[in-house]
Formats: sequence, structure tokens, C-alpha cells
Amino acid sequence: VEEEARRGILTTTLGAIVNWARKQSTWPVTFGLACCAIEMMAAGAAHHDLARWGMEIFRASPRQADLMIVAGRVSQKMAPVLRQIYDQMPEPKWVISMGVCASSGGMFNNYGLVQGVDTIVPVDIYVPGCPPRPEMLMYGILRLHEKIQKRGTFK
Amino acid sequence: VTAPAELAERLRERFPDLVAARGEVTVTVPREELLDSLRWLRRERSLSFDSLSDVSCTDWPGREPRVWMAYHLYSMRHGNRLRVKVGLPGSDLRVDSVTPDFPAADWQEREVFDFFGVHFDGHPDLQRIIMPEGWEGYPLRKDHPLGGVPTQYKGAFVPPPDQRGL
Repeated sequence: VEEEARRGILTTTLGAIVNWARKQSTWPVTFGLACCAIEMMAAGAAHHDLARWGMEIFRASPRQADLMIVAGRVSQKMAPVLRQIYDQMPEPKWVISMGVCASSGGMFNNYGLVQGVDTIVPVDIYVPGCPPRPEMLMYGILRLHEKIQKRGTFK
Repeated sequence: VTAPAELAERLRERFPDLVAARGEVTVTVPREELLDSLRWLRRERSLSFDSLSDVSCTDWPGREPRVWMAYHLYSMRHGNRLRVKVGLPGSDLRVDSVTPDFPAADWQEREVFDFFGVHFDGHPDLQRIIMPEGWEGYPLRKDHPLGGVPTQYKGAFVPPPDQRGL
């Protein structure tokens, strides 16, 4: 029992360390689709500076990214592309649905747009706004950090 | 540039169903004569409508003909503009493709096919151009709902947000 307990303690500790390391550098994949992307770029640029959380590098390749910030409205024709990029990202991976269009279709309640990106990929954090200011996106990112720290699993 | 009234006089002999209003000349032809009409309008040197600037479509549910095709012509030589309309019955939405004669119509006709479901006989590559392949429905028909439509993704249908029981 003592040995088991010791192993258990060791596992949780390692998990916490791994989650801590993961949350400190979640590299986003570039997925700017509309005006939200401008705010996302502003969040990444010098004034708001995502480098404070080790995520200033927006990777152009999904293989090197573990966070997808869906910034903007997703058209029906973009949906398979988005899903493919999500599938190409290595585990573990997270998704932030940025803005009301990505979250629910927003004001584009019509045939052309996917009514919520959560219909095609699992979403961790929804950031409302049209578009959300960089501060709101950063708040969403911090909430995601909490989520990774508390609920991340290490296998 | 010819004055619209003058152009209308010139065309009325061949196209009796003609309207000249607000500086625009519109002729309506039966759909069997569409290709011959466009070819004639291009061939006649005094007209030479050699440029097809737009192909568009309107839907009028409850009326017959239900769907109206509109071909917008422009004459590079004379600077005149002309609209040619063709009515299609709702039970048989098909018309001859003008793409072999006017290559500019290629994507325009695909767009009309995509949004209204009009079939163009003789089109070299009639498939959806804007909506995804395999998408069901013709969204610009008036009987297509304006909002609250399900999201179609690879054959699956996800109901609109207010019907998901969230």
C-alpha cells in the first residue's frame, strides 16, 4: 500500500508538472478566418504580447501546434478544411472558439455558414464578442490555462 | 452608344416581346430560341453583342414561369447593353447552356445551378461551385428558409443552435 501510495503521489506530481509545462507554451495554429483574426493578431503583437505566455509563435503547420483559435465565421466549405487541420494537430490539443460567429453562427444565421464550430470540432473555451477585444481573448486563454492545469491528463 | 429607344426599334422586328424602360432594353425569348437569339445578336454587325457580362436568375414561387434566367449582354463595338430573359416552368428547370458560345457563362451557369438548381444542357462541367459537393438544397430559391437551417457536414445534419437542447 505504501508503495502504491508513493507511486500515486509520484504520478500526480508528474502530471501536474507536465500540465504546467503544456499550459506555459500552447502554440496556436494560424486559423484566422475573419475580423476576429485582426484582434487575434493584435493580441499576438507587441502591445498585448502573447509571448508572456509562451505562445507568440503562430505556427503555420498544424503538426507543430497544440491550440487552434478559430477566429471568425466558418463557411460550409471551410468546415472540412478546418476539421482536417484539427485532425493533423498532435495530441494533446485544444480549441478556442473566438467570437460569436465561430461559437454559434452569430448574425450569419443562414445556409452558408456552419452554425457553431462545435458541430465539427470539440471546443474547450468559447470567447464571446463581435469581435472580442484582445483582452477578452487573453482572458479566454488564461481560463484555458486553468483548464489544462486542472483537468489535463498525462498518459 | 445607341439610344435605348433607337436600339429597341432596331430589335423589335425580331424580338416582339420587348421592353424599353429606365434606359434599359429587355427582350424575352422562348427558351428554345435562346441560343439562336444570342448568336444572332452577336453576329449582326450593327448590334454585335459580343460580350456576355452576366448570367443571373430569379425565383418566383407560385407563378408560371417560376424561374427567370437573365443574360446581360454588352457590345464592345457600340457600347450598348441588352438584357435577354428566358422563363422556365417550375416543373422543368432546364435550358440550353450558352457556355460553348460564350465561355464567360461557364462559372455563372454553375452558380445558377448551385443556388437555383437550373440544369444547363451542354455545359461542360455542371457541378456546384460555391456550396460544398454533396450539399443538399438550392439555397437561393424563395422556398428555402432564410435562417435556422441545419448545418450539413459530410452527410450529417446538425440542427440549428436553438433546437439542440443546449
